[in-house]
Amino acid sequence: MPLKRVVITGMGALSPFGRGVDTLMNALLLGESGVRILPELADIRGIRTRVAALVPGVDPGEIPRKYRRSMSAMSVFAALATGDAIAQAGLSGEQVHGGRLGVSIGSTIGSPRTTQAFFDDFRTDNSVERMKSGVFFHIMNHSCAANVTHMFGITGRTVAPSAACSTGALAVGYGAEMISMGKQDFMVCGGADEFHPLTAATFDIMNAASTRFNESPGRTPRPFDRDRDGVVCAEGSGILLLESLDSALRRDAEILAEIIGFASTSDPESIANPNAANIAHCMRQALLDAGIGAAGVDYVNAHATGTELGDIAESEAIHSVFGDRVPTSSLKGNIGHAMAASGALELAASVEMMRREILLPTHNLDHVDPLCASVPHVREVTRRRVDTVMKNNFALGGVNSSLIIRRFRQ
Amino acid sequence: MTNQEIVERIDRSIAEEFEIDPEDMKPEKTLFQELGLDSLDIVDLVIVLETAFRFKIREEEGIRKIRTLGDIHAFVIQKKIELESIPR
Repeated sequence: MPLKRVVITGMGALSPFGRGVDTLMNALLLGESGVRILPELADIRGIRTRVAALVPGVDPGEIPRKYRRSMSAMSVFAALATGDAIAQAGLSGEQVHGGRLGVSIGSTIGSPRTTQAFFDDFRTDNSVERMKSGVFFHIMNHSCAANVTHMFGITGRTVAPSAACSTGALAVGYGAEMISMGKQDFMVCGGADEFHPLTAATFDIMNAASTRFNESPGRTPRPFDRDRDGVVCAEGSGILLLESLDSALRRDAEILAEIIGFASTSDPESIANPNAANIAHCMRQALLDAGIGAAGVDYVNAHATGTELGDIAESEAIHSVFGDRVPTSSLKGNIGHAMAASGALELAASVEMMRREILLPTHNLDHVDPLCASVPHVREVTRRRVDTVMKNNFALGGVNSSLIIRRFRQ
Repeated sequence: MTNQEIVERIDRSIAEEFEIDPEDMKPEKTLFQELGLDSLDIVDLVIVLETAFRFKIREEEGIRKIRTLGDIHAFVIQKKIELESIPR
């Protein structure tokens, strides 16, 4: 059975710069940082990081109460981004509701804010008498995906991949495979997460959160930089509307990019630490899937979160696959690490880089760490036409993912 | 608390919880068809009333017969009378 080609025809983003892919791109082009001091972190005993990148200016009230009651912040982000992606793709009501559109959207966990609110109340008198009906719909693992299907009346498949930092990329990859196999014609794919101190603490206790720039938030995280000191947690949602090429051509949709390769591999060496050889294996598997060699890739959008070990491992892996030929950058210096949303947000920005014929630099990369210097880093906004991009994401738990997109041609 | 105060508190609590225009809070309005509530909302409605009036009504048979906002007014007023008639 011949596989179908898969293209991207719509995108939506809720990022620390606000709503919209254009908003995100404008901020990235200006070299802005979405990282801010979060005063509430100072009230938490034991946490050392004081910075995060939160989504500003969202009005959940634009979502009708009937749908909003089952949504925590992460589902609100996912729903708004999905609406924007569907609008850009220009899908008709029949295409949205008719069963050929599915959903593949994941988060790291269900809503930590609602989980905390429930247990705060529950523990006061060991009672569930005040538990509202919406609690479960906020904290279930497929909360974002289910809320999106309900709000838009989507009747195809619902899947909610969850693999922490790889979630968004996996959701896109698995969605693309479903279209490729002909199971769906359209998929809304991506990830979403909402900030909670638990997320920052997870990295902080492992000495992987940024703590030295608490008074100068715009200077952290610093992917690949010699002075990097860890992750800055962010929130948001990135959503891509994937579609079979046949369908996109049939309805004369604007094709933003084609997804030509995807791989996900597991790394059983360590549940926390990345391994260069295993990352390289994932990237090579993606090349195999795309049917191209290393020479066919023009730019790598790295996972690079600004941690000591992760950035070195990824640099070594990129070098072992591509040598010193392929320009590389990470967008986390601007956005922070939006967890489950990061892969899809960064993929959307990568699509735009290809369309606008520019490469965005790694923000805060002032002095390349010699251990990360084996790859050519993008240091400034660079005018350059690239046709094929690899997007990496690697997750706690040992889940690697690499996507390859290409400028569309017949 | 007078019956009028009870009605006002019910209407205010429900309008706020379910984002209903206060102008629509008329006793004859049906909860499902006219005020737009559904079965999940009824779960939360019970909690809203229990919180506002500090009583427990979830197991009450009378709740199942409620159809209109006026039915809620009557139910709560009756419940308050029952509770106040119990010697403390």
